[in-house]
Amino acid sequence: MNRSQHILGSGLVFAVGIWVTWVSYTQSPAEAFLFPRLIASVFVVLAGWTFGKAVLGLSKVGSGISRTMFISMVPGLAVMTVYVFWAAKALGFYTATAIAFFILLSLYDPAPHSEGKTWVKRAVITAVFVAVMYGLFAKLLSVYTPREILF
Amino acid sequence: MDFIFYFGDVFSPLSFLLLLGGTIGGLILGATPGLSPTMAVALLIPFTFHLEAVQGLILLGAAYTSTVAGGAVSAILLKIPGAPANIATTLDGHKMAKQGKGAKALQLSFLASAVGGIFGVLLLIFLTPVLAQWALAFGPSHLFWLAILGVTVIGSLDSASVVKGLLSGCIGLWLATIGFDDIMGAQRFIFHPSLGGGINIIAALIGLFAIPQVLTMFAKGRRASGAEVIEVQKHSVLDATKELLRRPRALGIGTITGSIIGLIPGVGGQIAGLVAYDQTKKFSSEKEKFGQGHSEGVIAAESANNAMVGPSLVPLLTLSIPGSPTAAVLLGGLLIHGIFPGSDLFDNHPDVAWTFINSMLVGQVLMCLFGLYVAGLAARVAQVPQSVMAAIVLALSVFGAYSVQSSMGDVYVMACLGIGMYFLERFGFSAAPLVLGLILGPIAESNFIQGGMIADATVGKASYFLSGGLNIFLIAVVVASIAYSAWMELRTRRHTTKEEAQA
Repeated sequence: MNRSQHILGSGLVFAVGIWVTWVSYTQSPAEAFLFPRLIASVFVVLAGWTFGKAVLGLSKVGSGISRTMFISMVPGLAVMTVYVFWAAKALGFYTATAIAFFILLSLYDPAPHSEGKTWVKRAVITAVFVAVMYGLFAKLLSVYTPREILF
Repeated sequence: MDFIFYFGDVFSPLSFLLLLGGTIGGLILGATPGLSPTMAVALLIPFTFHLEAVQGLILLGAAYTSTVAGGAVSAILLKIPGAPANIATTLDGHKMAKQGKGAKALQLSFLASAVGGIFGVLLLIFLTPVLAQWALAFGPSHLFWLAILGVTVIGSLDSASVVKGLLSGCIGLWLATIGFDDIMGAQRFIFHPSLGGGINIIAALIGLFAIPQVLTMFAKGRRASGAEVIEVQKHSVLDATKELLRRPRALGIGTITGSIIGLIPGVGGQIAGLVAYDQTKKFSSEKEKFGQGHSEGVIAAESANNAMVGPSLVPLLTLSIPGSPTAAVLLGGLLIHGIFPGSDLFDNHPDVAWTFINSMLVGQVLMCLFGLYVAGLAARVAQVPQSVMAAIVLALSVFGAYSVQSSMGDVYVMACLGIGMYFLERFGFSAAPLVLGLILGPIAESNFIQGGMIADATVGKASYFLSGGLNIFLIAVVVASIAYSAWMELRTRRHTTKEEAQA
């Protein structure tokens, strides 16, 4: 893994550590922050150590993210983000799940996109999966999920 | 011998049905590469909300036991270990399958798993009540150090870097403080309305274990699995049993090694399988056959990884300290039903404790019986494309996190923690200490505050927390585990540097 990735990763953790420590020592009532202060002190020291090692190029553990991995992951991550943070609530759980599931299958299924049969197979898998989820959560467990459009 | 009185409860219709479902489902899930036992158990927790505590635990325990054993199916037939615990099984198991002895390898693996598993659960049965009574003598300072010990042992032993492991533990402990403080009612680190009630443990567990797996599958891109299932020929179970009995040394070493390793918090099935394999090879008169499709290799590895399952629950059920990530998930399953492990569990809920433990004993037998028949189906499931698996796990995570308390906030927290954990893992951080920190944080804090109050009224904080035989012993174990791991890390690094220089 290249040095800049180590610096970026450990730098973010160190920044969180500094923020946690600052909040722990400045917020009141002090009694409520006694334990967080203890944790934050160790947190910031360890995070500082890790960041220092990354800056000096001594960090060895962790394989990082290659360009290929990142490019492969981004579409899925984008679908997941939209599904979780917007679609699930705005469209309803089952509609959003059906759409996200179908898009993810289409994005990552190794079968060729040019064959009509493949698309039918993906649609059938999606329909069966959503039906199973509906049976499990809505009928068996009686979980009332947001239902905006369709169901 | 209290456990005998609750043996019949395992066979009540619903409990037995759940045990059966958990066992068969676990075998299939275990065979699926990428679905670890911890993740399988975490995804099952939402299904236990509507069940009685004991029934929920039976389902989770059965899934835990059989996912570890089910991992052997893909290890033998596909050369892909279903879980890290099955890595050692691939060494000889797949070679046996290629030689046309796939059925024999599977039969030996399930039979050895059952023997190891039963021994491990018996150890759990006999050790747990003794230790639970001993735990009654623990005061707040001891419980505080025990919680810290749980985080540091896993942080140092489970991670490739001691500092990053301990840092993961600290992140978990910090995450546990988010929300309203129990004593003063003060707001702490609430930077989003979703965090008002703190971080829900179940949603966090699902996110931390499932979402990184989903992203890992995405990162592999549009790639076919490429793994081909080796067809299995028929083989007599009786012959496999005779073969197992002809190899008592491999079975004994595997079972005992797995049981001992299971008792040590933070050391998982992967280590148990590899150590047992290595030790069996050392003591074998047929060393040269190892790695060439030798049955002793399969027997040692599989008896070890299942023997560790029972003992790995001893620290959880006696001291409330989960010794492994899966035990941490099981603790989550207990807490949602308002049950705390330790002496409280055995004194006030003996039916829950003993029926759960007994079900693990019966589950080993069921796992062995069904394993042999489900193996073919499980191997087919293991070939399901990663795209389908990733989408299924993502949807189950979203529904599972939401169903905890019908809150979108939990879904957001689950996703954020999962995405964050994926990137942290790529930078060498580990999920296990973070989860332990998150679960043990409230135990550590409440005992720290309680101990502080006692100390202020008596001998003072430093004396209360740092003196006394048990406190010193626990602190010594914390320091020793960190020092040992740091020494091992330095030694490995020096060895690697030397090899690089020679190359």
